Amino acid sequence: MSTKTREFLNRWLVFAIALVAWELAARLAGSTFFPPPTRIVQAMGESWFNGPASSLFLGEVVFQDVLTSIGRLAAGWAIAVVLGVGLGVLLGRTRTAMDYVGPLFAFMRAIPPPVLVPVFLVLLGIDSTMQITVIVFGAVWPILMNTVDGVRSVDQVKVDTARSFRIPTPHWVLGVVLPAATPKIFAGLRVSLSIALVLMVVSELVGATNGIGYRLIFDQRQWDFPAMWAGIVLLGVLGYALNTVLLAAERRALRWQPSQATSAGVGG
Amino acid sequence: MNKLSRGLIGLLGFLVVWEAFSRSGFVPQKYFPPPSTVLLRLGELLTQADFLLELVATVLAWAIALGISIAIAVPAGLLLGSVRQVRTASRVIIEFLRPVPSVALIPLALVAVGSGPETKIALAVYAAVWPILFNTIYALDEIDPVMVETARSFGFSRVRTMFTVALPHSAPFVLTGIRLSAAVALILVVSTEYLAGGGVGLGNFALNASTGAGRMDLVLAGTVVAGLIGYLINEILEQVHKRGLRWSAVDREAA
Repeated sequence: MSTKTREFLNRWLVFAIALVAWELAARLAGSTFFPPPTRIVQAMGESWFNGPASSLFLGEVVFQDVLTSIGRLAAGWAIAVVLGVGLGVLLGRTRTAMDYVGPLFAFMRAIPPPVLVPVFLVLLGIDSTMQITVIVFGAVWPILMNTVDGVRSVDQVKVDTARSFRIPTPHWVLGVVLPAATPKIFAGLRVSLSIALVLMVVSELVGATNGIGYRLIFDQRQWDFPAMWAGIVLLGVLGYALNTVLLAAERRALRWQPSQATSAGVGG
Repeated sequence: MNKLSRGLIGLLGFLVVWEAFSRSGFVPQKYFPPPSTVLLRLGELLTQADFLLELVATVLAWAIALGISIAIAVPAGLLLGSVRQVRTASRVIIEFLRPVPSVALIPLALVAVGSGPETKIALAVYAAVWPILFNTIYALDEIDPVMVETARSFGFSRVRTMFTVALPHSAPFVLTGIRLSAAVALILVVSTEYLAGGGVGLGNFALNASTGAGRMDLVLAGTVVAGLIGYLINEILEQVHKRGLRWSAVDREAA
């Protein structure tokens, strides 16, 4: 057995032990608030997989709440990425623009977005526009700031080379500036993705009539804690999955970059 | 024209645009009051003892939460980063605990623990531990083996190596983690206050101001205060990074 498989088995063994320990502890404690995992899994089955065969046995909750939430998250984050990278490239390439807007942005990014939820609520109402706006408002800053940083870090030799060859601006931005800024941009994307998930939940807890966050509050009022835990676990899985996908994308996008690990391997 | 005056021009420009937008009647002024009203309200609030108490409650909860997070995450990170067995054993559990957005635990914590300050502090700690922990582990991974081996060949014990080599090397990474954590902790504290209702703090202030009379001028004034607090916290941590760890930047340039 190779060390890799052994490590893999070890990890899942630890996970299984942790699950069993949780089950036993929850059963022993017998608290209403902390149901054992078996009960949570049962609640997942009851609320998510109770639909007809025509909808792949997926329950109403999946369509009304889970998919709605994912849609809001995706829309909000996508807008934040486009805005952040676009504005970041523009601001990073002009010499003085950041001097004008820098302090303003530093202040805006420091605002905890949940405080603004009441304002967004009266301005935009209770539908998805509100939640998406909250997500964009919170998630755009790390991407924007990191893009500006990344764009500014373009090698001076490349700048001069491109200028002396009179490379047209679109080629210059897409071929030189963006690739140079990619590592920084991805660092911003990772931070902003977790912020987006947090804000999706917050905005739904506060002002929504559907979504995973709304469901959490609903189950709390119904005193249905296994169902609520099902939501918490789902959010954990969602966060894990999104992060894994982003990391894979990052590895792919940065494959051309000599990473420290490989260069050390080659050199040493 | 220097950087400061450019920044001030930017801020002023933003205020002018906001004022014009809010007076244009595009949205009801009651919902989105102009900065002249908001800043006036802000001046009034800052002289009110009630509001200052809410402010202190939020900042205090935030500071305690960040302190506890640092006290948990830095030693844990050093342990996980230096002892391989502990790290492999705990990796799966950490990987499954970390992505759970701590805000998802707010409804549960409110009924299971109550709506006192310990709830918001506990939730903020849960959220703030991860960035510090991961940055500390990462720092230990990045440490130059030559440094560790040098320390070892001079006969340093493991503990001494930890304090004289690993800890100074990790400091800049840890500070970056603390800056990320500070922002997340503030979000958590304010959100919990907002959802708990009947408590104290800036989040509670925003809730009270918005329900009933719908005083958006007060909400926005509170937002400006929250933004200023967040900005100050970040500035302070940045200065600490610049001044306290000047050697690290110098070191990197030399290398």
